[in-house]
Amino acid sequence: MSEHLDHQFEGADLRHGNAGMSAAEVDRWFAREILPLEQALMQYLQHNWRNRGDVTDLRQDIYIQVYQAAQAGLPDRPKQFLFATARNLLINRVRHAQVVPIDPVPDLEALNIADDEPGADRALIAREELRRLQAALDHLPPRCREVVVLARIEGCSGREITQRLGISEATVSEHLNKGMRILANILYGELPSGEKSP
Amino acid sequence: MSAIEIEAQAADWLQRRHVWSWTHEDQEKLDAWLGENIAHRVAYVRLEAAWGRAETLADMRPASRRLPQLASGFIFLRSVAATLLAVALVIGAIYVLSPVSREQTFATALGGRETVILADDSRIELNTDTVVRADMGLARRSVVLDKGEAYFQIKHDADHPFEVKAGNYRVIDLGTKFVVRRDGDRIEVALVEGSARVDAPEGSGRRSVTLAPGEIAVATANDFAISKRLPQALATELGWRRGMLIFKHTTLAEAANTFNRYNRRKLVVGDAAVAKLTINGTFRIDDVDAFTRLVREVFDVNVKSADGNITISK
Repeated sequence: MSEHLDHQFEGADLRHGNAGMSAAEVDRWFAREILPLEQALMQYLQHNWRNRGDVTDLRQDIYIQVYQAAQAGLPDRPKQFLFATARNLLINRVRHAQVVPIDPVPDLEALNIADDEPGADRALIAREELRRLQAALDHLPPRCREVVVLARIEGCSGREITQRLGISEATVSEHLNKGMRILANILYGELPSGEKSP
Repeated sequence: MSAIEIEAQAADWLQRRHVWSWTHEDQEKLDAWLGENIAHRVAYVRLEAAWGRAETLADMRPASRRLPQLASGFIFLRSVAATLLAVALVIGAIYVLSPVSREQTFATALGGRETVILADDSRIELNTDTVVRADMGLARRSVVLDKGEAYFQIKHDADHPFEVKAGNYRVIDLGTKFVVRRDGDRIEVALVEGSARVDAPEGSGRRSVTLAPGEIAVATANDFAISKRLPQALATELGWRRGMLIFKHTTLAEAANTFNRYNRRKLVVGDAAVAKLTINGTFRIDDVDAFTRLVREVFDVNVKSADGNITISK
C-alpha cells in the first residue's frame, strides 16, 4: 500500500496538464472530491498523531497543500492524493519534531473508504443525506439551531430573524457563526455520536 | 493564526454574506480576504459547502397545507392518485424523510399564455413555451422556472418567503411584481414593483443583488450584470401579458426573433441590410401577417412564404 501511494504522490502524471484552473473550478472540485473524505482524514490523523490538539491545524495544512496542487492541475485520484499528502506532511512533522509516530502508513482499507461511490441507489443516498443533515441539526444548541433553521431552511434574512426571535443582530451573527462551524464539522469531519462509520 | 481562528473569520464572512445586506464593497473585501492566503480560501469553501448541503433540509418540511386552486385552462400534469398517495403518506408521518413531491407543473405550448392563481392568491402568468413547477410548502413557497418566461405577482408573507429558481439562480421575493425569463443558461430578472433579491449560485464568486423597480439582472455563463430601464420600456417588454408585442426602435432581426418565440411559422430575415432596419408598432402576438404586411409597405422589401417560413429580403 505504501509503495503504491508513494508512486501516486511523486508521479507527475497524477494531474491534468492544463495548468491554471480558475478559482471557482478548484473550489468546486475541493468541495466535491476532498471534503467528503474529511471524516476519514480526521480518523487517520487522530490515529497517527499523538497530540489531538494539533489535528485541526494539521488538517488545515494538508488542505492548503492539496488546494495549492489543484490550482496547477486537478489530481486524477483525489483520495490517493489527499492521503499521500497527509502522510508526507506527517512524516515531515515527525522529522522536525523528533517524535516517533505510531503508524505513519495510511491503511485505506482499514479506514473503510470505498474506492467507488456506492452504486445506483440514489434514493438511498438522498435519504441518508437527509438523515445525516437532520442529525447534524439536532447537534446544534437549541437557540443556535433555531437561528440556523430560520436562515437556512426558511430563507429568512438576518433582520427577519432579529424580529422573529427578539434578539440583536450581533446575537444572530454569533449563532450563525457557531452553527455554520458545527454543521461543517459534523457533516464533514466528525461522526455524530451513536453513528457507525460508513 | 490557528485553523480554528481562521475558521471563525470565514464563518463570519459567510453569515454576513448570507443573511445581511451585502454590497459590492463587501464582496471586494471578502475577495481580498480570500486572496490573502489559501488557508482563508479553504476554510471558507469548506463552510460554504456544508452550508449549501444543509439547504437540502428545506425539502424535509411537512407537506403543504395550502393546495393550489385550479385556474382556467392550465395544464395539470400530476395524477389525482399520486396526490392522494402523497397526502396519505404525509398523514402517516409529519416529517417525511424520503422527499415526497408535492410539486405541481404548469406549462404552455408555443404561442400559449396562461394565468395560474396559487392558493395564497399569488399569480403567475406564463408566457409562450414555458414550464414552471410550484411547490407551496409550509416553510417556503418555491417555484422553479424550467424554461420560458413568467410574470409573478406575489402576495408577500414574511413568514413564508416566496422564491423562484431559474437555473442556479434564485429570486427571493420581498413583496413584489417581477418577471423571470430563462433561455438555457441565460437568465433575466426584471423587477416591476416592490423589491426582490437575486442570489447567484454558491461558489460562483458572484454576489447577491437586491433589485429596485426598473432594474434588470441578466446572468449568462460569462456575466452577471444589472441594468436600469425606464418604467415604459419595461411595460413595453411586458406587452405579451395582454397578448401584444410592442416594438420601439426595434431592429427587424430582433422583431423577427420575438415573433418566432410565439409562432410556428418562422420569420427569416434574408440579408444584413434588412436586419438593421428599425420599426415601431404594436402587433398581436399571433398576427405575423399584419407585421409582414406593414414591413413590406414601409420598407419596400420582398416577403415570401415557403415551407411554413416567411422570408424578408431586399
